[in-house]
Amino acid sequence: MCLSIPSKVTKIDKNTNIATVNTMGINRDASLDLMEEGIVNIGDYVLLHVGFIINKIDEEDALLSLETFKNILEQMDEDELKQTIKDSDNCQNE
Amino acid sequence: MNNDLKLKDLYTKFRDPNTIKSYAKLITQEALKLPSELNIMEVCGGHTHTIMKYGLKQLLPKNINFIHGPGCPVCVMPKERIDHAIALANQSDVILVTLGDMIKVPGSCETLQDARANGADVRFVYSPMDCIKIANENKDKTIIFFSIGFETTTPMTSALINQVINKDIKNILFHINHITVPEPMRVLLDDDTNKIDAFIGPAHVSVISGSKIYDEFPLKYKKPVVVSGFEPVDVMQSVLMIIKQINQNRCEVEVEYSRSVTKDGNITAQKLNDKFFEKRDHFRWRGIGDIPNSSFKLKDEFKYLDAEVIYAKFLPTKKIDDHKLCICGDILKGKANPKDCKVFGKTCTPSNPLGSCMVSSEGACAAYYKYGDIL
Repeated sequence: MCLSIPSKVTKIDKNTNIATVNTMGINRDASLDLMEEGIVNIGDYVLLHVGFIINKIDEEDALLSLETFKNILEQMDEDELKQTIKDSDNCQNE
Repeated sequence: MNNDLKLKDLYTKFRDPNTIKSYAKLITQEALKLPSELNIMEVCGGHTHTIMKYGLKQLLPKNINFIHGPGCPVCVMPKERIDHAIALANQSDVILVTLGDMIKVPGSCETLQDARANGADVRFVYSPMDCIKIANENKDKTIIFFSIGFETTTPMTSALINQVINKDIKNILFHINHITVPEPMRVLLDDDTNKIDAFIGPAHVSVISGSKIYDEFPLKYKKPVVVSGFEPVDVMQSVLMIIKQINQNRCEVEVEYSRSVTKDGNITAQKLNDKFFEKRDHFRWRGIGDIPNSSFKLKDEFKYLDAEVIYAKFLPTKKIDDHKLCICGDILKGKANPKDCKVFGKTCTPSNPLGSCMVSSEGACAAYYKYGDIL
């Protein structure tokens, strides 16, 4: 019910206040009624929920997360990572 | 910046198995310093789904437990409200429209799916805005939108009401069942037998309402809250953030899902909600009971759009309790696990649900049934 889908804005119709968004290769219409006027632009990443854009995804923040993940992976010694992955692959159900 | 981030990164990088496993390692190290066992309630069914689907519990040390919370709007909808929907659908001049999640939820006698099979005009839509097309194509009928959902889905109903008024559409009414998250969290914590040490806060509720709605939980109840995205890496990172708060003697609201959640949320959506809705004094939650000020109704000035007022004489008022063998109430309160239920997976299955937690894909029982009784 509360799931939303990351999407990219490809077109905006200012007359109808409806954007076209790309959601994993599928184009859908999405209402801009819940967004402040003029704040969403073509090329923006947004969250789509039951036919409405509910926010803009902060690209800088998302990239920072990806950088953090990369650092965490790099920090782990390669052998240690292999062992961790092996251990968790062998993890038994409780 | 546009060239750096790709749409698929927002999915794949936050589901990357090696990143998940690296976080498991960090959590295991950090959890060694915990003074005692840690019980984390993920409030939202979306998180329960992620935890089960990606097997996250299996990656965590034994002193970290998940308690599944009441954040599934379909699960907590009381049977009498479903009976309202069926009574409305059975009116000859009515087309009842709702979101697909409601199709199989049992009322006291039947589901909306059964009502449709018996001739009622019930339609399930992807977006509330689809009501406008149905209204234009059926001018001799009254379209009643049976609205459900937490804060995430409330503004979409507001946007539809706004369009109905602006476009002077005469044949759309509303039956409002929107509910809010902080009130049930408070009820759970006010119960002295609760075992909750910290919360994973809902993702998209918080996109709309902002993280500020959880400020009372660290302040008044001394329970940390970390607002988390729905992807598995998000959940693992949030668990690590909670453990660090406890180990560092901090107790605050933190936002892991900062790419989408701000402190204040979506103000445009909040203003639209404020225009049309006010809190009901009481709303009975399935399995939990009455929670004051936990749901919305239309303001008096919009009574002319309120199907609950206009069709009042057709709506049953009897309160209906759950099946006596069903323990959905205790599951929704985090006091029981689906595996504790005698009918789980036997007489209660997704195709023939006895209780609401088996109906919705976000329900804890449905998640356990789908992904295995492995937690």
